Amino acid sequence: MSDAQTPPSDFGVDEQNDFEPVQVFDDETNMDLRPGADNCYKCTACDTSCPVAEVDDDFPGPKFQGPEQWRLKRKGDEDIDDSIMSCSNCMRCDGACPSSVPLSQMHNTARGEYVDEQMDKLSREYVRNRILSNYRLLAELGSKVPRLTNFVMGNSLVQQVNEKLLGITAEREFPEFAEQTFREWWAERGGAKVSSEEKKIAYFHGCYSNYNTPEVAKALVRVYEEFGYEIAVPRQRCSGTPMFANGMLDDAERAAAVNVSEFDDLIDEGYDVVASCTSCSMSLKQEYPELFSFSGTERVSAHTFEAMEYLRVHEDLEAAIEDASVEEQSFAYHAPCHARNQGLDRQAVELFRELDGVVIEDVGDSCSGISGTYGWKEEKYDTSMKIGEEMFDHMHHAEGNVGMTECPTCSMQMEHGTGYDIKHPLQLLEEALV
Amino acid sequence: MPIRDDVLVVGGGLAATTAALAAAESGKKVRLVAHKKSTLRQASGLIDVLGYADGDGPHADPYAAMADLSEDHPYRILGEEAVREGLRIFDEAVGEMYAGGHTDTNALVPTYGGTVKPTARYPASVAPGLASIDEDTLFVGFEGTTDFAANVVAEHVANAGVPFETRGVTLPFPKRFRADARLTRFAKALDEDERVDRGVGVRRALADTVREHTSGEDRVGFPAMLGDVHGDEVREDLESRLGMSVFEVPTGPPSLLGLKLEDRLFDALDDAGVRIATGNPAVGYEADGDRIEAVYVDQKGSRVPYHAEQFVLATGGLVGKGIDSDREGVTEPLFDCHVPHAEDRYDWSEEAAFGDHAFARFGVVPDEEMRPTTASGEPQFENLRAAGGVVGGADVAREKSASGVSLATAAVAGGRAGEEA
Repeated sequence: MSDAQTPPSDFGVDEQNDFEPVQVFDDETNMDLRPGADNCYKCTACDTSCPVAEVDDDFPGPKFQGPEQWRLKRKGDEDIDDSIMSCSNCMRCDGACPSSVPLSQMHNTARGEYVDEQMDKLSREYVRNRILSNYRLLAELGSKVPRLTNFVMGNSLVQQVNEKLLGITAEREFPEFAEQTFREWWAERGGAKVSSEEKKIAYFHGCYSNYNTPEVAKALVRVYEEFGYEIAVPRQRCSGTPMFANGMLDDAERAAAVNVSEFDDLIDEGYDVVASCTSCSMSLKQEYPELFSFSGTERVSAHTFEAMEYLRVHEDLEAAIEDASVEEQSFAYHAPCHARNQGLDRQAVELFRELDGVVIEDVGDSCSGISGTYGWKEEKYDTSMKIGEEMFDHMHHAEGNVGMTECPTCSMQMEHGTGYDIKHPLQLLEEALV
Repeated sequence: MPIRDDVLVVGGGLAATTAALAAAESGKKVRLVAHKKSTLRQASGLIDVLGYADGDGPHADPYAAMADLSEDHPYRILGEEAVREGLRIFDEAVGEMYAGGHTDTNALVPTYGGTVKPTARYPASVAPGLASIDEDTLFVGFEGTTDFAANVVAEHVANAGVPFETRGVTLPFPKRFRADARLTRFAKALDEDERVDRGVGVRRALADTVREHTSGEDRVGFPAMLGDVHGDEVREDLESRLGMSVFEVPTGPPSLLGLKLEDRLFDALDDAGVRIATGNPAVGYEADGDRIEAVYVDQKGSRVPYHAEQFVLATGGLVGKGIDSDREGVTEPLFDCHVPHAEDRYDWSEEAAFGDHAFARFGVVPDEEMRPTTASGEPQFENLRAAGGVVGGADVAREKSASGVSLATAAVAGGRAGEEA
């Protein structure tokens, strides 16, 4: 007989009914991830889904970075292990965990602490990461003189200097700045062309479609106006994605404060929030409520949608696509990790399969490997390309020689690895429906 | 216009995938929504139907043993035909990847704990290791793979009374990994035949290491880690180098055999035109009287409705979180279906760890077409059916019947949903 027998009778039922939970943590404002850590039963589902661990034998994997590191930290003065900087923040571990351990939240918190307390603020790594994660500030400057910036940044000498001085890989071509940003175009056209009482969206365009690919943002505007939506384009900052990934939580918090306040005001007026970049929508939906607690954070999360998802939910997009046709073209589609985590990894293929003239193929469930700023780091470039190998291979074998994805940096990686042109699903929607 | 399909299956494991395949046979539009990566990756990859009934076994003939089950067991409610139908759907989905379909009789498969499990279908790579094959067996484990102790496995298998000699040996893997490397890392090295010292491929180096220990043996068993995509090639390669049959022993998580089964079943769903949305939990529903109109999925804060004509609930049991419990009671959290249980929670379990626990049989009570019923025995909704672990009445861990119950209930629930949609 074991010790675990029926409880002794003097531990009576009445006493149990008197049980009242006690608040054991005195300070509720500090983030406490204990319940999440205790939910981990070490099944390793997260580790087997981690694209970095798959190619980098030295990376201890998400289970260590999350619950195990958290437990180690409770024991006293343990530092955060520096391998946290090798996590690419793809967030696949979140989707793999059968126990809903908040892995990416633990990683973001640990990375923030590591950068705050252990990283030398004068080091090349810190300076480089700060620059990369504040891409928007650079882009704002660069796009004032787009031709000059494109010329300078495309210069191989400049790229070498970037690599030697900053640790930004010289292997990649800098994305070109558009000659007119989306916001300039939006202002020039006089803002919204459609007004509506019932159908209103506030567009979170993010940095990339503003400065680099305004054609994606314009496609969104035209498609949504075709469906009769009134569009608002409020003031906005970076969604924070590159800042989380680099542990720059203070920068992220400042940007998030602006975004939440601007968009929450519009929700009051009946708008829903729509993003064309899946990392931006991910950030507003999941990372904001996990990491920040401004007033309105939860409400913005609940009202934010990815652009195609919103149309699928609110319009008969399927019927519209079935009635449409486009010139014959074939696509190799890659689902970004952050689309996967929102359950959106199959919607583009599912929908465009029904579009006359289009052949579209999913190039598999591997990560593209670039993970935002990760693949731009000189020391991470090889890992990034190794992760991407499977996707490149599948793209080469796909019938189409145009790539398609929702994520700006996945699209850089797809282009870099194959030389294909890459489109956003909204651009094909525009071609089909407008 | 919302997202709309004919049949919506909620869940991502064996029951959900099978129900979706069954529903798709009707030609209807079927969608599967699942919260997380499929639980199949945690599973052994074995498809057991019934090994023990009422504490007796192992039984050679699972169909004959069904008569010994209680009347509220899903097998008794649905009958033998449902089990056969479930296995047909499974066999068609997995094809040559699995063996066992040639007979109604259970096979005895050595597992990584050294027990011998009665099972109806098993991966082809497991087949040469069956306990019914009278061949002396060497089990090989590797330093660093802590959950497979070859000598323990060998002793346990011998103690199970097998008619052959067993031996276990733990060897260094020819390629060195970090101390806590997972089986998937070993599998990848074999899959890609990564180079070890002096440019020799890891497959050849492994065969050379193992060969020194094979004298007097007829076959060699490894933990299931012999490759992933190129698993067949790895095993054939080792067999020809060692001159004897090579088999895999199913493992716990991360389970390569489970991962491969997951991939195969999701490919089958794609081939059948089933739409899939994973990553978010189903959290609620909308009904008009006793008809469900939509299931709500929590897309990271926003509630998105998925409309359909027919619905299948395949969210798992107590472990899979399709059934929930607290100190007050036991519930089915999505549709709040009736789950019978004793009022006093001390009656939910027995003293002995492996006793005949009531909690093991917790679940919804289905009618003969798998509709969950209310306390008074009426279908709770006319267009909701249940499959797999969420269905009560079976103690699948004691009976060794988890996969069979999933397949049988899914075949009926999915099949009827497809017909009526």
